[in-house]
Amino acid sequence: MSSALHATESVGLSVSHLVIKYGDITAVDHVSFTAQPGRVTVILGPNGAGKTSTIEACEGFLAPTSGSVQVLGLNPFLQRKQLNRKMGVMLQEGGIYPSARVAELVRQYCALYGNGVDADVLISRVGLQSVASTTYRRLSGGEKQRLSLALALAARPHIIFLDEPTSGIDVNGRDLVRHIIRELRDSGCCVLVATHELDEAERIADDVLIFHRGNIVASGTLDELRSGREEIRFRSTSRIDLHSLSTTLGLPVEQTRLHEFTVAGTSDARVIVQLTDWAKANNVELGDIGAGSQRLDDVFRRLTAESAS
Amino acid sequence: MKLLRIQLACELRVLARNGEQLLLILGIPLLLLSFFSNVDILPTSGQSSVNFLLPGIVALAIMSTAMVSLGIATGFERSYQVLKRLGATPLGVPRLVLAKALSVLVVELVQVTLLISLAQVFGADLGGLNIAKLALAIALGTLAFSGVGLSLAGRLRGEINLAAQNALYLLLLLIGGIVFPLQEFPSWLHWVGRIAPSGALADVMRDVFSRTSVHGASSLVVLLCWAVAAQLSAFKLFRWN
Repeated sequence: MSSALHATESVGLSVSHLVIKYGDITAVDHVSFTAQPGRVTVILGPNGAGKTSTIEACEGFLAPTSGSVQVLGLNPFLQRKQLNRKMGVMLQEGGIYPSARVAELVRQYCALYGNGVDADVLISRVGLQSVASTTYRRLSGGEKQRLSLALALAARPHIIFLDEPTSGIDVNGRDLVRHIIRELRDSGCCVLVATHELDEAERIADDVLIFHRGNIVASGTLDELRSGREEIRFRSTSRIDLHSLSTTLGLPVEQTRLHEFTVAGTSDARVIVQLTDWAKANNVELGDIGAGSQRLDDVFRRLTAESAS
Repeated sequence: MKLLRIQLACELRVLARNGEQLLLILGIPLLLLSFFSNVDILPTSGQSSVNFLLPGIVALAIMSTAMVSLGIATGFERSYQVLKRLGATPLGVPRLVLAKALSVLVVELVQVTLLISLAQVFGADLGGLNIAKLALAIALGTLAFSGVGLSLAGRLRGEINLAAQNALYLLLLLIGGIVFPLQEFPSWLHWVGRIAPSGALADVMRDVFSRTSVHGASSLVVLLCWAVAAQLSAFKLFRWN
């Protein structure tokens, strides 16, 4: 590796005023952000938010309409050959010959990258030893995802783009993927994960970017996104008069899911006492009362709703 | 060189596992040559059936491999995002294209060797065979048909591309004078066949295998035009993902 690359890898990814248009439609509208080596940056957003277009521009698959992208200090279009040697890519789906066998694919990609990754060790690392001689088309959804991850790891990446890495994977498989993501981060790799799964993001993210309608509506660490957003959460199967409870507590109360409610703006124990007193007086059963920072999905819902309005 | 070798091995491995493609590129040409060489039902203008058929069947084999097999496989690879994923490796587009071209040439070498060997078994007269002209005809035919195949594969969705490649294969087989002599066709169709890439390649192949040049340079010029036009078209139309 050249010394120039070492010098520029202090920022893994730098995106500046990125605009991507498809005809008259603007998919990404003046987006700017950075992602650091040794951190996991999760890109969240609903369908059509501009996540995939942004990632594809960073991977060099898509030309920006305007703006600039620097990956490990390199332009992904003009210096793709140099970049591809150290960039891992996991597509959301596909990317593999259906008739190819797991072991031969991993060997092929290890050989193509030529970074000294041992194919057999890599197959074990992603837990695919038992299906090493199975063709791609016969793998389960989770096994396909793990194979796709293995091909990204074959690059011994300095930066890795993972598109929905836990989609369709069972609980044990998810633990394995999370473990690998943490290993990558700890080794100094710049990890970017695009996902719809907010619980997953909450488990692995150091930094979060929330995309909505082609813009970044929020960015920061998990704590930064949640800060100042205290809440009390509780469950109840009873019919709750939200107006009456809000008036009693002097705070907004809303139903977030079936049988799940939040009192926004506080985690004060005195409000919890007021809540339980109100429940007793109104014959309302309460359960799973908790207080603390807002969950990421609530932050996400709030931000995307605010952006929409 | 190492990356090219790795990808070439992969291309050949994928092809070897595809039974339908093997039937198309090996089974059909060998079957047609075997059947019509031994069942004397074709108007062959006084030639022995096998001597008439061999050049056309070699042309058919090249069309099968360079256009249909390459076009269908590449179309599906595009649909499955295989090309996109490979685009993010150090392989690079030139090596990928070269690996595909070499895999086509390897298959064509096997096809031509098998077809000539089989024709010899059926008593073909190979005294006029010119190896240098054969190599030139294979190269031009491969450029022409791979250009056509990749033009379709670069734009059409996997299944539509499959249907289009097969339909075009059948059409070019019928009008190209491969199994039936063009002289037997109505005059307008005769000329359509002459300027079709399959007809031009079959005519060039007939010159390659005969002791005297029957078609002169005209078929070679038509084939050369197809080779240039089809490659330009593929370059213009092809999309990797």
